[in-house]
Amino acid sequence: MDFNSIITQTLTQAIGVSAVIYCLAAVGLNVHFGYTGLLNFGQAAFLAVAAYGLAVSVSRMGLSLWVGILIGILAAVLLALLLGVPTLRLRADYLAIVTIAAAEIIRLIVRSVTFREYFGGSDGITRFADEFYALNPFSGPLDLGIIKFSQNDLWVVTVGWVLIAFTSFVVWSLMRSPWGRVLKGIREDEDAVRSLGKNVYAYKMQALILGGVIGALGGFMAAIAFQSVQPDTYSTEFTFFVYTMLILGGAARIFGPILGAAIFWALLVFVGEFLNEAVNKGVITFLSNTQVGQIRFMLVGIGLMALMIFRPQGILGDRKELALDAR
Amino acid sequence: VHRRAAGLLVALLGACALVLGLAAAPASATTTGPVIFGTITTPEDEPVPGVVIDVTGPDGFTGTSTTDAEGAWEVQVPASGSYTISLDESTLPEGLGLAAGSERTVTAFGGKVRVQFPTGDSVLVESSKVGQVIQLTVDGLLLGLILALGAVGLSLIYGTTGLTNFAHGELVTLGALTTYFYATVLSFPLILAAAAGLASCAVLGALQDRLLWKQLRRRGTGLIAMLVVSIGLGIFLRYLFLFLFQGSTQQFPEFSGQAGIEVGPVSITPKAIIGALLAIAAILATIYWLLRTRMGKASRAVADNPALASASGIDVERVINVVWILGATLAALAGVLTGLTSGVSWNMGQQILLLIFAAVTLGGLGTAFGALFGALIVGLLIQLSTLVIPPELKSVGALVILIVILLVRPQGLLGRRERIG
Repeated sequence: MDFNSIITQTLTQAIGVSAVIYCLAAVGLNVHFGYTGLLNFGQAAFLAVAAYGLAVSVSRMGLSLWVGILIGILAAVLLALLLGVPTLRLRADYLAIVTIAAAEIIRLIVRSVTFREYFGGSDGITRFADEFYALNPFSGPLDLGIIKFSQNDLWVVTVGWVLIAFTSFVVWSLMRSPWGRVLKGIREDEDAVRSLGKNVYAYKMQALILGGVIGALGGFMAAIAFQSVQPDTYSTEFTFFVYTMLILGGAARIFGPILGAAIFWALLVFVGEFLNEAVNKGVITFLSNTQVGQIRFMLVGIGLMALMIFRPQGILGDRKELALDAR
Repeated sequence: VHRRAAGLLVALLGACALVLGLAAAPASATTTGPVIFGTITTPEDEPVPGVVIDVTGPDGFTGTSTTDAEGAWEVQVPASGSYTISLDESTLPEGLGLAAGSERTVTAFGGKVRVQFPTGDSVLVESSKVGQVIQLTVDGLLLGLILALGAVGLSLIYGTTGLTNFAHGELVTLGALTTYFYATVLSFPLILAAAAGLASCAVLGALQDRLLWKQLRRRGTGLIAMLVVSIGLGIFLRYLFLFLFQGSTQQFPEFSGQAGIEVGPVSITPKAIIGALLAIAAILATIYWLLRTRMGKASRAVADNPALASASGIDVERVINVVWILGATLAALAGVLTGLTSGVSWNMGQQILLLIFAAVTLGGLGTAFGALFGALIVGLLIQLSTLVIPPELKSVGALVILIVILLVRPQGLLGRRERIG
């Protein structure tokens, strides 16, 4: 058993590319679910439209990467409006069903053979982010012994964590503003806020757009980091993972999604690496490597259930603040 | 409202049965699943052997056929979809050319699709639009009935407990998997295996309620929290099924390659007819249960107002448990029927869960009759939409309708206004 490699992998992945992507998605979802109480189960769709917006603009329309990012953000705003108009007036579970349906619609469309010439079918689109790597200030890989990044990953991870810090700061300042207090009020008791003369619908829509755009940044990081967009990355499972992370870290807390994403991803990598190593070295003989992946997912499912039942406020949360069922 | 809706539905189901019955009347045997076939002849009607035909389709499907002594070729394709058929012109005998190009694109829905490559100056023949509409209507009703089984259970559970159960799709899968287990590992005949599968699911449904949801209700866990718990349970069960069953799609040992019955443009297998009749029987039994039996009436009372029902002497927990048993059994039947037509796989329930939700939302959350009605509409809509949009996007059409319905009539077609609050 090579514990050294397992530990290195785990620690690197805890702050690595995937953790950054999930983290941005979770920071956005925190605005929806944590602060406003919107049950958005289509967070994957926001990442998908951003990533595809970027990839299509660059590789199909020949635009610059930066124009592509602008188009991706516009796409995310548009998606928020499309989702919000029919559902934000309805009860929470309707929003859940519609957002899940919308995410599937987008995934099915971009992976279809019909639109292959635009979205590349199930293979997706590759190689469109050279402009981003051309700006890489790092001249070599990073090797701290326990944490290792290649030259390109180091650049992606640095930009990613700057984005996480920036968006978290924005969310923090917004949530202590009067605007943020209205959002929390909507989460606790929509009717009370409405009776104060606030336009609840407009506030919810603004929150949906803000969280969606933060999620979109995660989509850009995903597209750029792997230089590819693939439809099945953005399945409903992705959104469920983000929920687990957010609840694990603590919803309605600034550091909740960050801590949650890092711990969740590290645990997932650790379990996977550990079991795989054990299978490869013959320590565990009753499992195959494919089954290790399945066990990881089973643990995610159990973890989400247990968290929600026994500790819905997560690691950092405050149970009194987060009355999950005031809606 | 309920009684009138029930009358409407009984009439609707009767119409379904009639359409299916008519379709089944005269018989001529062909193989199941879409078959693309044709015959290559010279303009003088002499057969042309040894011509190579390639078929490509969705999910990377490729198939090849070479014409036999009668000039006939045939390619069995795995599923409905859009296929491209090309004829290798270099394999035609010298001096013979094609009158209308060497490539055809056809949309195969089931049964047989004839593709012609006229030589000389013959013309291309396509299946008629009317025939397609009739075939798709039959397919849509079959799908609608399967969705209805899932939707009614989901809606009953929602109505009595308020739980939006995102793990309902796994009940569908469970029905198919237990039946598959009894049919293969224990070698039961399929009918017996299905009965045993349904019984197992009824027990597991009751257990799931007792061990998980009842405890959560007792703890006072909120509805949103329970929704997230059901998502966690869904993920866990799905990957448990994958772990136990592996990733491939399996067929039940019996009836998998059953001969179809063809009436004019419509092709339907006997197993689909029997399945549809079973589904109709199960739905009628559920309607009878809801309207006529004490327990059914009690379940509607609980759905209306649990506190009042409890105060008037109804054992609310027992009613909920019975509703869970019913919901799990109906979902399991949906699983068995889906398994019969398109095979058993670990995520088959997840694949139709959103359509079930669409059906339930269309009819109105929490109204069992609405769910039934919604399911038939969604089923028809999905199949008929392939007339205008590519088959691979047919679910997209249904989901878009779901969103539009919420925009114009959020309480659903049969829902009551106050339920959406």
